[in-house]
Amino acid sequence: MATKGVTLNTNARKIRFARRFISILLKMRKTRSPCSSSSIEDVRKRSQRIKIAAYSSMAHAVGPRRAWSRAVLFKLRSRARHQSMMKRRSFGLQKKRVVVVKNNNDIIPSGQLSQADRLRQLVPGGKAMDMCSLLEETADYISCLATQVKVMQTIADHFSK
Amino acid sequence: MSSRRSRQSGASRITDDQIIELVSKLRQLVPEIRNRRSDKVPASKVLQETCNYIRSLHREVDDLSERLSQLLATIDADSAEASIIRSLISQ
Repeated sequence: MATKGVTLNTNARKIRFARRFISILLKMRKTRSPCSSSSIEDVRKRSQRIKIAAYSSMAHAVGPRRAWSRAVLFKLRSRARHQSMMKRRSFGLQKKRVVVVKNNNDIIPSGQLSQADRLRQLVPGGKAMDMCSLLEETADYISCLATQVKVMQTIADHFSK
Repeated sequence: MSSRRSRQSGASRITDDQIIELVSKLRQLVPEIRNRRSDKVPASKVLQETCNYIRSLHREVDDLSERLSQLLATIDADSAEASIIRSLISQ
Protein backbone atom coordinates (compact mmCIF):
# COMPACT_ATOMS: atom_id res chain seq x y z
CA MET A 1 0.00 0.00 0.00
CA ALA A 2 1.70 3.20 -1.15
CA THR A 3 1.84 5.91 1.47
CA LYS A 4 0.55 8.41 -1.04
CA GLY A 5 -2.55 6.31 -1.59
CA VAL A 6 -3.18 6.06 2.12
CA THR A 7 -2.86 9.83 2.55
CA LEU A 8 -5.29 10.46 -0.28
CA ASN A 9 -7.78 8.04 1.24
CA THR A 10 -7.47 9.57 4.68
CA ASN A 11 -7.93 13.05 3.29
CA ALA A 12 -11.00 12.04 1.33
CA ARG A 13 -12.44 10.46 4.45
CA LYS A 14 -11.64 13.54 6.53
CA ILE A 15 -13.45 15.71 4.04
CA ARG A 16 -16.49 13.43 4.00
CA PHE A 17 -16.69 13.41 7.77
CA ALA A 18 -16.11 17.13 8.03
CA ARG A 19 -18.79 18.04 5.52
CA ARG A 20 -21.49 16.02 7.22
CA PHE A 21 -20.58 17.10 10.69
CA ILE A 22 -20.44 20.77 9.75
CA SER A 23 -23.81 20.62 8.05
CA ILE A 24 -25.32 19.13 11.20
CA LEU A 25 -23.73 21.83 13.33
CA LEU A 26 -25.07 24.55 11.08
CA LYS A 27 -28.53 23.02 11.20
CA MET A 28 -28.29 22.93 14.96
CA ARG A 29 -27.29 26.56 14.96
CA LYS A 30 -30.29 27.57 12.87
CA THR A 31 -32.81 25.76 15.04
CA ARG A 32 -31.52 27.50 18.15
CA SER A 33 -33.20 30.63 19.42
CA PRO A 34 -31.29 33.72 18.34
CA CYS A 35 -30.55 34.70 21.91
CA SER A 36 -28.26 31.84 22.76
CA SER A 37 -28.74 30.96 26.38
CA SER A 38 -25.58 29.79 28.00
CA SER A 39 -27.10 28.09 31.01
CA ILE A 40 -25.29 24.97 32.10
CA GLU A 41 -28.29 22.82 31.36
CA ASP A 42 -28.57 24.09 27.79
CA VAL A 43 -24.88 23.66 27.14
CA ARG A 44 -24.99 20.12 28.43
CA LYS A 45 -28.04 19.24 26.35
CA ARG A 46 -26.41 20.72 23.30
CA SER A 47 -23.18 18.86 23.87
CA GLN A 48 -25.14 15.63 24.14
CA ARG A 49 -26.77 16.36 20.79
CA ILE A 50 -23.43 17.24 19.25
CA LYS A 51 -22.01 13.96 20.48
CA ILE A 52 -24.88 12.05 18.92
CA ALA A 53 -24.43 14.06 15.74
CA ALA A 54 -20.74 13.14 15.67
CA TYR A 55 -21.42 9.40 15.89
CA SER A 56 -24.32 9.67 13.50
CA SER A 57 -22.40 11.57 10.85
CA MET A 58 -19.47 9.20 11.22
CA ALA A 59 -21.68 6.15 10.75
CA HIS A 60 -23.54 7.73 7.85
CA ALA A 61 -20.35 8.70 6.09
CA VAL A 62 -19.12 5.12 6.30
CA GLY A 63 -22.48 3.76 5.26
CA PRO A 64 -23.80 0.22 5.67
CA ARG A 65 -20.54 -1.34 4.46
CA ARG A 66 -19.28 -1.96 7.95
CA ALA A 67 -20.89 -3.91 10.76
CA TRP A 68 -20.01 -1.29 13.34
CA SER A 69 -21.58 1.54 11.36
CA ARG A 70 -24.70 -0.56 10.83
CA ALA A 71 -24.86 -1.17 14.59
CA VAL A 72 -24.48 2.54 15.33
CA LEU A 73 -27.16 3.50 12.83
CA PHE A 74 -29.50 0.87 14.21
CA LYS A 75 -28.98 2.04 17.76
CA LEU A 76 -29.57 5.67 16.78
CA ARG A 77 -32.73 4.82 14.87
CA SER A 78 -34.22 2.71 17.65
CA ARG A 79 -33.36 5.43 20.14
CA ALA A 80 -35.10 8.02 17.95
CA ARG A 81 -38.10 5.76 17.59
CA HIS A 82 -38.21 5.20 21.33
CA GLN A 83 -38.01 8.91 21.99
CA SER A 84 -40.84 9.73 19.64
CA MET A 85 -42.91 6.98 21.25
CA MET A 86 -42.19 8.45 24.67
CA LYS A 87 -43.32 11.85 23.45
CA ARG A 88 -46.55 10.43 22.17
CA ARG A 89 -47.03 8.59 25.43
CA SER A 90 -46.65 11.76 27.45
CA PHE A 91 -49.72 13.11 25.70
CA GLY A 92 -51.66 10.28 27.33
CA LEU A 93 -52.63 8.63 24.07
CA GLN A 94 -51.02 5.27 24.71
CA LYS A 95 -51.35 3.17 27.81
CA LYS A 96 -48.92 0.47 26.76
CA ARG A 97 -45.59 0.45 28.55
CA VAL A 98 -42.50 0.33 26.44
CA VAL A 99 -39.97 -2.05 27.89
CA VAL A 100 -36.40 -1.02 27.32
CA VAL A 101 -34.05 -3.97 27.32
CA LYS A 102 -30.98 -3.21 29.34
CA ASN A 103 -27.75 -5.01 28.68
CA ASN A 104 -26.88 -7.55 31.31
CA ASN A 105 -23.26 -7.02 30.45
CA ASP A 106 -23.23 -3.82 32.45
CA ILE A 107 -23.63 -5.76 35.65
CA ILE A 108 -20.48 -7.80 35.19
CA PRO A 109 -17.52 -5.95 36.70
CA SER A 110 -14.98 -5.31 34.01
CA GLY A 111 -12.20 -6.89 36.00
CA GLN A 112 -13.51 -10.35 35.24
CA LEU A 113 -13.94 -9.95 31.52
CA SER A 114 -11.45 -11.24 29.01
CA GLN A 115 -9.70 -8.85 26.69
CA ALA A 116 -11.85 -9.88 23.77
CA ASP A 117 -15.06 -9.35 25.72
CA ARG A 118 -13.95 -5.91 26.80
CA LEU A 119 -13.23 -5.07 23.21
CA ARG A 120 -16.65 -6.40 22.25
CA GLN A 121 -18.26 -4.01 24.67
CA LEU A 122 -16.42 -1.04 23.22
CA VAL A 123 -16.90 -1.64 19.52
CA PRO A 124 -20.52 -1.17 18.39
CA GLY A 125 -22.02 -4.42 17.26
CA GLY A 126 -19.09 -6.33 18.63
CA LYS A 127 -21.08 -8.72 20.76
CA ALA A 128 -22.28 -10.75 17.82
CA MET A 129 -19.00 -11.02 15.95
CA ASP A 130 -16.42 -13.73 15.78
CA MET A 131 -12.84 -12.89 16.63
CA CYS A 132 -11.70 -12.28 13.09
CA SER A 133 -14.46 -9.83 12.19
CA LEU A 134 -14.12 -8.21 15.59
CA LEU A 135 -10.48 -7.36 14.94
CA GLU A 136 -11.23 -6.11 11.46
CA GLU A 137 -14.12 -3.96 12.61
CA THR A 138 -12.02 -2.64 15.47
CA ALA A 139 -9.31 -1.48 13.08
CA ASP A 140 -11.81 0.34 10.92
CA TYR A 141 -13.67 1.76 13.92
CA ILE A 142 -10.46 3.11 15.41
CA SER A 143 -9.35 4.86 12.28
CA CYS A 144 -12.79 6.39 11.73
CA LEU A 145 -12.99 7.53 15.36
CA ALA A 146 -9.55 9.10 15.10
CA THR A 147 -10.62 10.91 11.94
CA GLN A 148 -13.78 12.16 13.61
CA VAL A 149 -11.78 13.39 16.60
CA LYS A 150 -9.38 15.21 14.29
CA VAL A 151 -12.28 16.86 12.47
CA MET A 152 -13.84 18.02 15.72
CA GLN A 153 -10.52 19.27 17.02
CA THR A 154 -9.91 21.26 13.86
CA ILE A 155 -13.35 22.81 14.07
CA ALA A 156 -12.98 23.67 17.74
CA ASP A 157 -9.54 25.18 17.19
CA HIS A 158 -10.82 27.12 14.24
CA PHE A 159 -13.59 28.75 16.20
CA SER A 160 -11.75 29.38 19.40
CA LYS A 161 -9.22 31.66 17.72
CA MET B 1 -2.96 -15.75 24.14
CA SER B 2 -4.77 -18.97 23.37
CA SER B 3 -4.37 -19.86 19.75
CA ARG B 4 -7.26 -21.11 17.71
CA ARG B 5 -6.33 -23.96 15.40
CA SER B 6 -8.44 -24.10 12.32
CA ARG B 7 -8.01 -27.84 12.30
CA GLN B 8 -10.47 -28.14 15.15
CA SER B 9 -13.68 -27.43 13.34
CA GLY B 10 -14.35 -27.13 9.68
CA ALA B 11 -16.97 -24.49 10.38
CA SER B 12 -14.61 -21.87 11.81
CA ARG B 13 -12.58 -20.36 9.04
CA ILE B 14 -10.43 -18.37 11.42
CA THR B 15 -6.80 -19.23 11.01
CA ASP B 16 -3.88 -18.22 13.15
CA ASP B 17 -2.39 -16.26 10.30
CA GLN B 18 -5.47 -14.15 9.88
CA ILE B 19 -5.52 -13.26 13.52
CA ILE B 20 -1.82 -12.43 13.49
CA GLU B 21 -2.32 -10.23 10.46
CA LEU B 22 -5.21 -8.38 12.04
CA VAL B 23 -3.35 -7.92 15.31
CA SER B 24 -0.45 -6.42 13.42
CA LYS B 25 -2.89 -4.11 11.66
CA LEU B 26 -4.12 -2.98 15.05
CA ARG B 27 -0.54 -2.44 16.10
CA GLN B 28 -0.12 0.07 13.32
CA LEU B 29 -3.21 1.98 14.28
CA VAL B 30 -2.82 2.38 18.01
CA PRO B 31 -0.29 5.15 18.55
CA GLU B 32 0.86 3.79 21.91
CA ILE B 33 2.13 0.64 20.32
CA ARG B 34 3.29 2.12 17.06
CA ASN B 35 5.95 4.11 18.85
CA ARG B 36 7.42 1.12 20.60
CA ARG B 37 9.31 -1.71 18.96
CA SER B 38 6.47 -3.63 17.47
CA ASP B 39 8.06 -7.10 17.51
CA LYS B 40 8.08 -7.27 21.26
CA VAL B 41 4.43 -6.43 21.87
CA PRO B 42 2.33 -9.52 22.62
CA ALA B 43 -1.19 -9.82 21.28
CA SER B 44 -2.84 -9.47 24.69
CA LYS B 45 -1.05 -6.17 25.19
CA VAL B 46 -2.25 -5.03 21.78
CA LEU B 47 -5.83 -5.79 22.74
CA GLN B 48 -5.45 -4.03 26.05
CA GLU B 49 -3.94 -0.94 24.47
CA THR B 50 -6.67 -1.01 21.83
CA CYS B 51 -9.36 -0.95 24.51
CA ASN B 52 -7.64 1.92 26.28
CA TYR B 53 -7.26 3.80 23.04
CA ILE B 54 -10.95 3.38 22.15
CA ARG B 55 -11.96 4.57 25.60
CA SER B 56 -9.71 7.61 25.32
CA LEU B 57 -11.15 8.38 21.89
CA HIS B 58 -14.68 8.22 23.31
CA ARG B 59 -13.64 10.57 26.07
CA GLU B 60 -12.13 12.96 23.56
CA VAL B 61 -15.37 13.00 21.58
CA ASP B 62 -17.22 13.88 24.78
CA ASP B 63 -14.82 16.68 25.65
CA LEU B 64 -14.84 18.07 22.15
CA SER B 65 -18.65 17.98 22.05
CA GLU B 66 -18.68 19.95 25.26
CA ARG B 67 -16.23 22.45 23.85
CA LEU B 68 -18.08 22.75 20.56
CA SER B 69 -21.40 23.29 22.25
CA GLN B 70 -19.93 26.23 24.12
CA LEU B 71 -18.51 27.64 20.92
CA LEU B 72 -21.61 26.97 18.86
CA ALA B 73 -23.05 30.38 19.46
CA THR B 74 -20.15 32.03 17.74
CA ILE B 75 -20.09 29.90 14.61
CA ASP B 76 -20.06 32.00 11.50
CA ALA B 77 -21.38 31.08 8.08
CA ASP B 78 -20.35 28.62 5.39
CA SER B 79 -17.11 30.35 4.60
CA ALA B 80 -15.83 28.48 7.64
CA GLU B 81 -16.25 25.14 5.94
CA ALA B 82 -13.65 25.82 3.28
CA SER B 83 -11.03 26.97 5.73
CA ILE B 84 -11.71 24.06 8.05
CA ILE B 85 -11.23 21.57 5.25
CA ARG B 86 -8.09 23.34 4.18
CA SER B 87 -6.57 23.13 7.63
CA LEU B 88 -7.65 19.49 7.91
CA ILE B 89 -5.79 18.49 4.78
CA SER B 90 -2.68 20.42 5.59
CA GLN B 91 -2.21 18.54 8.87
